[in-house]
Amino acid sequence: MYRSHVLICGGTGCTSSGSQKVRAALIDEIRKQGLEDEVNVVETGCHGLCEQGPVMVVYPDSTFYAQVKPEDVPEIVTEHLLKGRPVTRLVYNEAVTDEGKVLSLNDTDFYKKQVRVALRNCGVIDPENIEEYIGTGGYQALGKVLTEMTPDQVIQEVLDSGLRGRGGGGFPTGLKWKLCAPNKADQKFVCCNADEGDPGAFMDRSVLEGDPHSVLEAMAIAGYAIGANQGYIYVRAEYPIAVKRLEIAIKQAHEYGLLGEDIFGTGFNFDIGLRLGAGAFVCGEETALMRSIEGKRGEPRPRPPFPAVKGLFDKPTILNNVETYANIPEIINRGAAWFASMGVGKSKGTKVFALGGTITNTGLVEIPMGTPLRTIIEDIGGGCPNGKKFKAVQTGGPSGGCIPASYIDIPVDYDHLAEIGCIIGSGGMIVMDEDNCMVDIAKFFLEFTVDESCGKCTACRIGTRRMLEILEKITSGNGTMEDLDKLEQLAYYVKNNSLCGLGQTAPNPVISTLKFFRDEYIAHIVDKKCPAHVCKSLLQYTIDPAKCKGCTACARQCPASAISGKVKEPHVIDQSKCIKCGACMATCKFGAISRQ
Amino acid sequence: MALKKTPVPFKGTPEQEAELKKVIAEMKDVPGALMPIMQKAQEIYGYLPIEVQTMISDETGIPIEKIYGVATFYAQFALEPKGEYQVSVCLGTACYVKGSAKILEKVEETLGIKTGECTPDGKFSIVSCRCVGACGLAPVMMINDEVFGRLTPDQVPGILAKYA
Repeated sequence: MYRSHVLICGGTGCTSSGSQKVRAALIDEIRKQGLEDEVNVVETGCHGLCEQGPVMVVYPDSTFYAQVKPEDVPEIVTEHLLKGRPVTRLVYNEAVTDEGKVLSLNDTDFYKKQVRVALRNCGVIDPENIEEYIGTGGYQALGKVLTEMTPDQVIQEVLDSGLRGRGGGGFPTGLKWKLCAPNKADQKFVCCNADEGDPGAFMDRSVLEGDPHSVLEAMAIAGYAIGANQGYIYVRAEYPIAVKRLEIAIKQAHEYGLLGEDIFGTGFNFDIGLRLGAGAFVCGEETALMRSIEGKRGEPRPRPPFPAVKGLFDKPTILNNVETYANIPEIINRGAAWFASMGVGKSKGTKVFALGGTITNTGLVEIPMGTPLRTIIEDIGGGCPNGKKFKAVQTGGPSGGCIPASYIDIPVDYDHLAEIGCIIGSGGMIVMDEDNCMVDIAKFFLEFTVDESCGKCTACRIGTRRMLEILEKITSGNGTMEDLDKLEQLAYYVKNNSLCGLGQTAPNPVISTLKFFRDEYIAHIVDKKCPAHVCKSLLQYTIDPAKCKGCTACARQCPASAISGKVKEPHVIDQSKCIKCGACMATCKFGAISRQ
Repeated sequence: MALKKTPVPFKGTPEQEAELKKVIAEMKDVPGALMPIMQKAQEIYGYLPIEVQTMISDETGIPIEKIYGVATFYAQFALEPKGEYQVSVCLGTACYVKGSAKILEKVEETLGIKTGECTPDGKFSIVSCRCVGACGLAPVMMINDEVFGRLTPDQVPGILAKYA
């Protein structure tokens, strides 16, 4: 029996900021002080607050240490683990009250408003140890399904829960299973989409890294429900930690008889294979993903036939996203009614969002569907740093749109976002402040889709490129008002004439920014100005002669020799030579250089 | 379309070839084995020159056009060798809004090559990558497997100098 457990994050965010070194130092120090029988060090998955990494939680008091360095470790061990006094200096600053009292992790603003279902085990258990998963009720749902329920009952339970696909489409999961179950074939497949490709999204990675068994268990349950014996997880090769933990999890599940033949002695067989992606965004589309598992170019194909009829290797197949699966065992254990009691309208349960961009607390948050955007941005996210004004939040990545600040009270769920032309998507949420140019953001996403278009349909392959060219013209100051009409026309053309989700949604960032931030486009076109000072071609640096002391610092710094002037006399920037690098402004000690 | 060949001469060893043949023999009959085989081949050789693609074709009986088609479809398969140190700058959304384009510019300027190229001595190559998932540390760049976060352009030359 250990008297204290130290949970150190081994997710990608914290590993990148050095959690492995901290872990090594911790184990070393605990041994040095002879505490190895009293204190247990556990490497867990993501705690969500990646901004503060490496993070570490000391139980039983759930003290949350942030940005821990190896050299801080001896102090934590001596003071906290030996003498029981938290090292306030190293505790996450939001968890320390003004009076210096240390709050438990769950009482901080970031965690207080969250409800963790899909992330229930992330940051709590050791993902490389199946016994910890079993210890928290893992594989009970699979046992219940196999011994007490018929496949139809399982499907009905999932239908009743109201769970909808968390990968972006929002299709009811139970319905997907129901459509596939009656199709007869010698082989059927259950696939898991772990090809999380939206830039800025990392929910699925955190589930796979922090709780891989929940996905395996759910896939076996799905297999039982639709009558399949083989599963495939298609995971991004860019997620090495997730791949490693999945491999370990599959091996352990085999050893415990929870995958393989005759599971729980019920005669049900189920196995799972791992397939690595190779860096193609379009493979997140279901038919493209299945082609890729077959070892082909990941090009989508027309539907119907739907995968439920003719999917992987032309056999009936269901494909769900990682987060969708992570909810399944809880739905079985706690019942559909419990799940459906969370959320609003047709959006039940919770959703995980990856909060990023210009926000104080970047990280993973899980909240009930229908939570107002304001709660996410202000209470959980802590607002924009440095007192900057919140401008918009981009959801759904390259397939999504922007929610402007004026809609900050909108409930975040499938239907409310759809009303304003936005989507929840896979759950990426990029916050933008006054320093972000919306035309530039639209251009950024189009560059992404131009790059990732597989090239099969003309509308997407050529249409997105033409749209990008128009945006480049606008951001370089050569746009005309007719271009705006052309851009809009083209956007709807690409949307209506592309075969798969990639092309059909690629124009969304443009349509949405045109709708809410048309004035910014017009400023670029008519006034030849970028209001956020981002688009280089439209910037102009000038020196205020009243403030310039003639110190020559800027002239020496300028890489283009565009600044001239005599010593102790006001300097001038030659606009024709200026490359708008901003070096002069950064150098000037007198604030004489301004940017417009 | 003519098959693209890299100007760098192929330097495969008999050991590498034996390893690849072993991998292929093990996986040949698994359904959809082509991609995993190509991923292993890239692990062995570091890239997939036409010589390696031909070997895979000979051993599996899959036509070379199919293999070339797959190799050119996915971003991860490289037809050109990588530098000893691969510098990847993240241009994912979170990094981008925090100024990673300026980091990439600085890396290109410092090394004197463009993204997708390799320095003549084979030491450095640059790629821009999509989200590495360390958005909390934006902007981020990676040199091989080491991650550098919360970067500013002026830190770049110092970091690169450590590898030169």
